Order: sequence, then C-alpha cells, then structure tokens
Amino acid sequence: MDWGWIVDNRDLILELLIEHIWLSAIPVVIGLAVALVLGVLAHTYRWAYPPLLVVVGVLYTIPSLALFIVLPVVLGTQILNPLNILIALTIYSGALLVRTVVDGLDAVPPAVRKAAEGLGYKRLTRIVTVELPIAIPVIVAGLRVVTVANISMVSVGALIGIGGLGELFTSGFQIRFVTEIIVGLVLSLLLAVTADLLLVFLQRKTTPWDRLGATA
Amino acid sequence: MIEFESVSKRFPDGTVAVDDVSLVAPQGKLTVLVGPSGCGKTTSLAMVNRLVDVTSGRILVDGKDVSQTDRVELRRGIGYVIQHSGLFPHRTVLDNVTTVPRLLGWDKKKTRERAYELIEMVGLSTEQAGRYPAQLSGGQQQRVGVARALASDPPVMLMDEPFSAVDPVVRSSLQDEFLRLQDQVGKTILFVTHDIDEAIKLGDKVAVFAEGGHLAQIDSPGDLLAAPADGFVASFVGRDRGYRRLQFLPSEGVGVRSAPTARIGDRALDGWTLAVDGDDRPLGWLAPGADSVSQDRLEPLGSTFTKTDSLRAALEAVLVSPAGLAVRLDDDGCVDGVVDHATLAEHHQASSQTADSGQESR
Repeated sequence: MDWGWIVDNRDLILELLIEHIWLSAIPVVIGLAVALVLGVLAHTYRWAYPPLLVVVGVLYTIPSLALFIVLPVVLGTQILNPLNILIALTIYSGALLVRTVVDGLDAVPPAVRKAAEGLGYKRLTRIVTVELPIAIPVIVAGLRVVTVANISMVSVGALIGIGGLGELFTSGFQIRFVTEIIVGLVLSLLLAVTADLLLVFLQRKTTPWDRLGATA
Repeated sequence: MIEFESVSKRFPDGTVAVDDVSLVAPQGKLTVLVGPSGCGKTTSLAMVNRLVDVTSGRILVDGKDVSQTDRVELRRGIGYVIQHSGLFPHRTVLDNVTTVPRLLGWDKKKTRERAYELIEMVGLSTEQAGRYPAQLSGGQQQRVGVARALASDPPVMLMDEPFSAVDPVVRSSLQDEFLRLQDQVGKTILFVTHDIDEAIKLGDKVAVFAEGGHLAQIDSPGDLLAAPADGFVASFVGRDRGYRRLQFLPSEGVGVRSAPTARIGDRALDGWTLAVDGDDRPLGWLAPGADSVSQDRLEPLGSTFTKTDSLRAALEAVLVSPAGLAVRLDDDGCVDGVVDHATLAEHHQASSQTADSGQESR
C-alpha cells in the first residue's frame, strides 16, 4: 500500500466518492417515485400488471454496459454526460422496485383492506395512508437490494468514463497500481454497507409497529 | 332501522348469493343473520354498506335507499366491525379508534376525548391507547374494532362474524360485554355469524338463512327455538333447543314455597335445612340427620335465581342444589323461597302453552 498516494490524492478520492454517492442515490429516489406510481396503478388495475412485469423484466435483462453505450444514441446526449448513467440506473431501479411495491401492497392483510373500505376510505386515500405505510417493510427490503446494486453498477460506468469510485479501478488497472484499486474497492464496500445500515435505520424509525408481534 | 325489500344478488358467473330476501332489522335492536357458510348472510350484510351492490330489490337504512347514497358517505355513517378485527397495524389503538371521525374532519380534541371514553367503554385501559394492535391479544383487538365502529356514534352498525376468530372463553366474555354495551348505546345492529348459539344469545331477532341465499325464518330467539318454520331450521337450530328455549321463558310466577331456613346454632329441621345468616342471606345446605346447624357441616349452595331470571336459571339452580331445591333470592339477596323440580316442570308446561299462543316475552 502506498499511503502517501492516498494522502496526496485525497481531494480526487473525495470528489469521486461524492460523485459515486449521487450517481447511485438519485436513480434510487427517482426509480422509487416511478415505481410507486406504476405499482399503485398495477395494484389497482390488475390487468395491467402482467404486461408491466414483462416490460420491466426485459428492461432488467439489458446488460448495463450496453445500456450505457446505447442511451447516448437514443437520447442524443454526449457519451460523457452523467445523465446516461443516471437514466440507465433509474430504469433498473424502477424496474426492480415496481415488483416490490406491488408485492408490498399485495401483502396488506385482506381484513385491513376490507375494514378500510367499509369504514369509508376513498380508494386513493386508502392506498396512500393505509396500504403503502403497511407495505413499507417490503418496499424497504427492495430498496436495500436496489441501493447496493446501484452502488456496484456505478463503477461499470467507469468504462465509459463516468463511474465515481469505479474510475479508481480503471486507472489502477491501466497503470497496475494496486493501492488505487484497493482504495476504490474499500470505499465502494463501505459506501454500500453504510447505505444499507441507513435504510435499516430509516425503516425502524418509520415502522415502529413492525417488530412488535414477537414481543407482545 | 334497516329494511330489505325483495333483495337479490346474482354474481356475474350466475350464482345466486341472495334470493329475494325481505326482512326488517328494527331500530335499536340487534338482528342476527345466521346460517351455514355460503348461504348469503355475509353478502347480505355487505350490500347494506355497498361493498356489494344489489342485483334487484332495495335496502333502506333509516328510510333511505342505500343505492341513492354516495358509497363513501354511506359507509362513514355506518359502524363496521369484521372478523380478525381489521385494525390498522401501523396505527396505535387511539388512532385506529379515531379513524372515522378523522375522515369526517371532526374536531381533534373532541375526537380524542370521545375515543378515550370508548376505549374504556369496551373494557380497555387508557394506557393501552398508545399501543399498536400487535401488542394486544385477539380479544383486545376485537374490542378496539368495536370502539372504532362506535367512534362517530353511527345509528347503524354492521358486524361480520366479529367474535368468531377468538377462543371460546374469550368469545363468551366478549359477547357478554357486548350485550351490556348495546344496552347502553342501543344501536340498530345487523350481525352475521355461523354460530347458532351466538345468534340465540345475542339476537333480539334471528334470521336463519338457508343454502341458495333464501331467508328460511326470522323470529325472536325464543320463537325460533319453540317453532322452527321447517326441517332445515329445526336441524340448524339443533339439539337441546327445548332446554335452550328455557332461557327465554320467565321464571316469574313459578310457585315458590317458604324455605326451610335456620340460623347457625339453631336446631336442624327435618329434611334439608337451609342455613341463613342474621339478614336471611343463604349460607349453605345442611343434610338431614344433624342435630344443630353448624357452619362446618354445610354443603355449598350451588346457584340461586331471582324473580327476573329465566326458567333456565331456575332449573339450573334445582339441578345443582344438593337438596334438589332451588333457592330464590329477592333484590337484597335474602332468601325469598325455594322451588322443587316438579313445581318447575308444572310451571314450564303452563308457560309453554301461553308462549305458543304468542304471549312470550324475552
């Protein structure tokens, strides 16, 4: 390990870390928003769910590198535009989370839904204030998978020039400099673990009711 | 009041769930819909708050055709309790109870006060208001479900097998508490169950549904037990209906005779002696053959009855009395007289004849 290199390049490392964070986080947020809308629609209009599943399934099977390269052609963006990475990861995040949202809504106990309907909830109010909150544990489980997946996929972007910490891998490989690769690897891992813990913490805060059954 | 006028429900696949049902659930009374599964009782209930729409006929709630009322508005005006409570797991007891008032946009402070009142009324403590449903037992959850249904003080309540999912001991106490509650609030209630015993115990009126969704009979529980309309109702009402019917026959007027009482330390009487204290309250029975009444030789009293109890209570008291004599108490708990089995039987025969001519009261 060349500790001196780390100290000399701390500004670059920090810059790449921050880039890595927003490149992986923004797609999760937008993907979740899209998935919530599509998930609620698919849950409400059941006939739309099977075709939607086919579409998101196909989207998810596109290799990320292919998408990174194809998107600029489709969108007319520059190859080095971070938008390409953001949009590609948003597609993956949304595709994964739609399923999660629908699963979460489906897991709401039928008696709860029936009671909400019978007590006079309007449909949208019921979904937003009763069903979605109850679906939070399932949705967060999906968010954890997607977040960690994004953090690892951002690095692939380094192959087309924008990849946060992934750029440490590509340049490290090119000049056979192990320290650079290890720094990228360790920071990616730390980032993934931190993000995961943060989501677990968030879930505990938003669903204090969820872990009570066992202790009651 | 809830009225069904020739109500039918046919599902798109052709099955007839409810077939030309007409019935009236009177104001302030508890009307039970009972029958085997798939007889249309739950569908009938769901048509009242329009979770299911009628195919033909009309349902009126307090004179208004439900099909002419906006679904959401209609439901907010009707209390609704279901099996497995259907409580919102992510909300505290208090927030569950205040659901409908919040939907209606009522004053928050007033709503909370009312909710605390209700929580106590259904037998929970106000400390439990901050708990989540998962922290409560099944019976407690059902109580919260009842409180939630009562929160906006609706005149009409629908209850769909509310006590079916709890164990028999809890169920029985929930039923007793609910009857007491209903005495206070006097709601017009439509109550679905598959349990005929529950129907007989709770109902002011019992509507027996038969397969194919038709109403076989609607009557008071006593009349239902006394005179089932047909073989189906008779078999559904089941064994012991003669005995169970006793609970709807008054014991008042049964020929009691004066009790063979004596106080502690007195000489024992011939035959069984009923030991009493200084205020004539019963202590226990003394078997024949003793010289004097002593506390340590008394046999337990068993159960007693009062003027307002049913014949069933009186018969029970005879059956468990070591002396074969049921002790009747007055309002102060003092011995009022005793009655033996033969006298009860005579009274039963006489009052059954009166009841069959339509003068039975509950």
